[in-house]
Amino acid sequence: MTREEIIIAIKDIIETIAPDEETANLDPAERLRDQIDLDSMDFLDIVMELRKLYGVQVPEEDYKELATLNGCVQYLEPHLSDKPLHCAAQA
Amino acid sequence: MTYDAIIIGAGMSGLAAGIRLAQYDRRVIVVERHNLWGGLNSFYTLGGRRFDVGLHALTNYAPPGTKGVPLTRVLRQLRLKHEDLRLGEQRCSEILLPDLRMTFTNDFEHFRAEVARAFPTEVPGFERLVQAVRDYAIGQDRPADQSARKVLPEFLGDPLLREALLVPITYYCSAREDDCDWHSFVILFRSMFLEGLSRPDGGVRTLLNLLIKRFKQVQGELCMGNGVRRILVDGGAARGVELEDGTLLEAELVLSSAGLTETMQLCGRQDLVRPADVGRITFVESISILDRLPEECGHVAATSFFSTGVPLRYRPPSDGLVDVASGVISSPNNFVSDQPPEEGCMRLTFLADHDRWCALEEDAYREAKAREVERAIATAAQLTFDWRPYTVFQDIFTPRTIRHYTGHVNGAVYGSPHKRHDGSTQVDGVFLCGTDQGYLGVIGALVSGISMANRYALVSA
Ligand SMILES: Cc1cc2nc3c(=O)[nH]c(=O)nc-3n(C[C@H](O)[C@H](O)[C@H](O)COP(=O)(O)OP(=O)(O)OC[C@H]3O[C@@H](n4cnc5c(N)ncnc54)[C@H](O)[C@@H]3O)c2cc1C
Repeated sequence: MTREEIIIAIKDIIETIAPDEETANLDPAERLRDQIDLDSMDFLDIVMELRKLYGVQVPEEDYKELATLNGCVQYLEPHLSDKPLHCAAQA
Repeated sequence: MTYDAIIIGAGMSGLAAGIRLAQYDRRVIVVERHNLWGGLNSFYTLGGRRFDVGLHALTNYAPPGTKGVPLTRVLRQLRLKHEDLRLGEQRCSEILLPDLRMTFTNDFEHFRAEVARAFPTEVPGFERLVQAVRDYAIGQDRPADQSARKVLPEFLGDPLLREALLVPITYYCSAREDDCDWHSFVILFRSMFLEGLSRPDGGVRTLLNLLIKRFKQVQGELCMGNGVRRILVDGGAARGVELEDGTLLEAELVLSSAGLTETMQLCGRQDLVRPADVGRITFVESISILDRLPEECGHVAATSFFSTGVPLRYRPPSDGLVDVASGVISSPNNFVSDQPPEEGCMRLTFLADHDRWCALEEDAYREAKAREVERAIATAAQLTFDWRPYTVFQDIFTPRTIRHYTGHVNGAVYGSPHKRHDGSTQVDGVFLCGTDQGYLGVIGALVSGISMANRYALVSA
């Protein structure tokens, strides 16, 4: 996955767990929480979907790294660069 | 067979916990003693008619897409769609006390105006209370189990207004006699007044069908008609369960919705249960089918909470089978719906004494049911309308029925008066979900199942 694809993957996961949220105009540098309605239960689901779809394990102490889209890319790139993009909606 | 988790009970909390775990590929089995799911909120067919066991109304109503509220959270976590619940909002509900009638709807401004009309001098205190309720977080400011009756005078001077809030809230959540935990008061104030009441078209079946379908879709395993006889404990930690037919299932995590006392009994550790942990609040409920709609008789309230005396007497009656001085009247017809129930229906719930009902012989039991319900409806009729002349069919359930169908000791609908908010027990790997973890009602039980599954099987795994 490229950096762009990682963003697509994250947005796709958010749309699966929070179908009523609009992800098209998210600012990658801003906290996700400040732009859309995501609580700690939703963050848990982002982590769970990442594990289910891509086999990435994010330990609890690292959840904070996923606060922004840029943070997600930064943190996930080493784990995802050799993995193809899936669609969470199908899972 | 080895599982990541075994869940005891296919009620609301057990099914919600099961969905969460199966959704994330945990090997999970939900074990239910009965042949039907739903627990305290199940359903049945009698005389060719379909009935719901408990459901009067779903609390926590919120329109689709509302941010940050329990209903939205539950739907998201279980991947259900709001539209599939087919919720019809209440027309209105009422609180009936001596010389006081107040109504509330799903628009909180309506209730604000009602408070201002009936208690003009209490408005500032009421506003402070609303703010405190909105800002509340568990563990902050005061202990969760502090008495709501003790806290409320900090906000409200008029005892009648305090009672007007306590009657509906106590009836809808409290396991504690003559009182209610501050924590539960706050949760229920939000759920009933700030959010609101609704009913799924088709009743509780609609919700249960969605839960079961989702659980199967994520390949959860459901074991019906075969209860857990024992939780196997070794060295103070859970190892699995033994079912009634002798089957052994292994798991190091057991989530139980059976209740605190009941779960400790299953672990063979009754010694850990204090007498004060055993709840006694239970009800008789009558369901009357009418030959006309309640609104044709001038009755438009979805739910009516009443007490003929103040303060509310909320404990098992000391001198008889039931206490008809207070109760809840509910009509599934009085929700706005595209597919309203065809026949008129009035439900009436009132306090009862478990032990006396269970001591009756069969004939005396049948006779007592008819007699006591007659007396209760006569009281309720003075506050609403007398539906006895229009009744074409009636069913009644008692604490005995509730105990039989849910396994709750004493038929205690709200379980133990002492809640375990973190779900933990003294046995490692055994956690509570549902009623005794402290979230009550249908939506509360779903929240409980979700949060306990998240905490003990997903986050920490
Ligand atoms: C008359 C009545 C009216 C109600 N009205 C409303 C209402 O209008 N709105 C609302 O929101 N809530 C209402 N409630 C409350 C609501 O039904 C409950 O709070 C909620 O359903 C509790 O769910 P639960 O999962 O915690 O427990 P339960 O529903 O009690 O589920 C526990 C399950 O565990 C099973 N079980 C127990 N022991 C074992 C064992 N050893 N092995 C296997 N299985 C076992 C039981 O059979 C049961 O199915 C009402 C309840 C009653 C009784």
